[in-house]
Amino acid sequence: MSKSPRIALLAAAAGLVVVVAGPLFAQPATKPQAPPKPPHAGQAQAPAASPRLGLGREALPEEIKAWSIEVRPDGKGLPPGRGTVRQGDELFQAQCASCHGEFGQGNGRWPVLAGGQGSLKDDRPEKTIGSFWPDLSTVYDYIHRAMPFGNAQSLQPDEVYALTAYLLYLNDIVKDEDFELSDKNFTSVKLPNASAFYDDDRESTEKSFWGRQPCMKDCKREVKITGRATVLDVTPDSKTAPKVD
Amino acid sequence: MTSHADNPAPSRRRFLGGAALAGAGLVAAGTARGQSPKPDPLITDVQDWNRYLGEGVDKHPYGSPSRFEKNVVRRDVPWLTASPESSVNFTPLHDLDGIITPSGLCFERHHAGIADIDPASHRLMIHGLVDKPLVFTMEDIRRMPRENRVYFLECAANSGMEWRGAQLNGCQFTHGMVHNVMYTGVPLGAILAEAGLKPQAKWLMLEGADAAGMNRSLPIEKALDDVLIAFAMNGEALRPEQGYPLRAVIPGWEGNLWVKWLRRIEVGDMPWMAREETSKYTDLLADGRSRRFTFIMDAKSVVTNPSPQAPLKARGRNVLSGLAWSGRGTIKRVDVTLDGGRNWQEARIDGPVLDKSLTRFYVDFDWNGGELLVQSRAMDSTGYVQPTKEELRKVRGANSIYHNNGIQTWHVKPNGETENVEIS
Repeated sequence: MSKSPRIALLAAAAGLVVVVAGPLFAQPATKPQAPPKPPHAGQAQAPAASPRLGLGREALPEEIKAWSIEVRPDGKGLPPGRGTVRQGDELFQAQCASCHGEFGQGNGRWPVLAGGQGSLKDDRPEKTIGSFWPDLSTVYDYIHRAMPFGNAQSLQPDEVYALTAYLLYLNDIVKDEDFELSDKNFTSVKLPNASAFYDDDRESTEKSFWGRQPCMKDCKREVKITGRATVLDVTPDSKTAPKVD
Repeated sequence: MTSHADNPAPSRRRFLGGAALAGAGLVAAGTARGQSPKPDPLITDVQDWNRYLGEGVDKHPYGSPSRFEKNVVRRDVPWLTASPESSVNFTPLHDLDGIITPSGLCFERHHAGIADIDPASHRLMIHGLVDKPLVFTMEDIRRMPRENRVYFLECAANSGMEWRGAQLNGCQFTHGMVHNVMYTGVPLGAILAEAGLKPQAKWLMLEGADAAGMNRSLPIEKALDDVLIAFAMNGEALRPEQGYPLRAVIPGWEGNLWVKWLRRIEVGDMPWMAREETSKYTDLLADGRSRRFTFIMDAKSVVTNPSPQAPLKARGRNVLSGLAWSGRGTIKRVDVTLDGGRNWQEARIDGPVLDKSLTRFYVDFDWNGGELLVQSRAMDSTGYVQPTKEELRKVRGANSIYHNNGIQTWHVKPNGETENVEIS
């Protein structure tokens, strides 16, 4: 009773036309009303293949800038800034080492960031930035967007440059503690495994999986069990399952 | 099974023994053969639910399953990951039937926990190589023409722990990073048309609003083909853990691309090489090189019953049940063997056979109590035949982590217990 008049008032103030007092209007819309008129009004009437609906509003440059945090391998998206290995070391010990270890070796089950070079053909490969990642831009991009885990997007560009420089140092890609990484020299740094990736080729390399007439009768003489899950016995039982509320 | 005896009415106490025996199931009924049959107190007695009033309609404004289904839940494997916020749990496939996964049981995979977003505060931005960068509210999106489609979502790492051999004992754990729901959403092509694509547009970056800022590069051809931007699943709003209020639906492609809490689409001329398409979701092969952009999930199947969490309970008539799916099209046929691949029979497919959707199959069979080695083999509309794990390992080695669609074997023992095994 006390709620409805207030909603009607707010809706009126926002210039909304209340057609049905449905639940949508329970939260007074903060949407800046951009009536779908000028740019596409004519097209919307025409029976074009994909007529524009006239929905949404133009994104402002400030809004695009605020959300455009991505960095591409060609350096597109890198903000101006710089940081040295030494600065990165200090930041890493303060912000990252509790999970990733002082030297990026990874504590417990947390990811290993350094080492493992030359291990990719091993029985147990160690896939790190230095041994596996193809592009340095990914290091910058990912640290900035998602790290530290639980406090994402808290690092300034200079800090991300410094941390990236320290990770290059931990991976023996730069040897000098005074090395400074910046938006100017960023794309000149190449990671060791850059050329070891190729696009999905299953349709050619696994061609034999298509068009087979599989055997239906007397397909093999004997069958042996070669491995059992219960030997490992790592499956949780129903007692360790989450509760239903 | 004997839960109805948990709170017995005083007048029924003397029948407890009989009720427990009946509740023990078919095995007990089998041994009773030959003795003179006793009347079943569950029939001859008036039961509580037959006498007293049940709950009224105002009790559960949003219902939940019967308390007797409390074991039908998502489960996780704590040792798999370093933190529960960047982790995965599993759909209880062995307890489900048909093809639609109940929303509350759809497996979860987050990289920074479940973002808690008020839909009134959610924005979707389209920018980059477009004529006009746009911002949409959820209300805007709900004013666009909608489509309803059923698709499976399979994590690229589903069955990934099984590359080196049989490890986890249950199809929930070996195959449960998959779910299948009906999505309601807007074709991405329609949203892109609002902004107007420039001719150089080749790739899109989809980005989530969560603390992982989950981002992936998506080729424009796929975006304009069948991608949906969905706000509903199984008829209601997306669940928070499935991207409420807005997610990408990328039919047939690995789950990681189905960005949840979708807030931004940038249009570009090359892929961004995000962490999730370089460090992760690339497939390391035996020669030390890696496949990238392995988007499509190949044809796959699994027998869900019997399976380690769903043993056989009685000799005689039984239902073998399972799921088959393919990211390349529809399921055309599923073969099943009970003797480890010596002989196969075509399973009976029942229910809708939809494009890039789970498909249900059955084999109705008599079990004489002998050992079984059960496998299923899916075939899709492109002529792809699901390979064995050995055939996959021959091409890829054992370290590719993702895209394990090899044939699964269950060993059913004479007591009905069932184990995850590998066979020659």
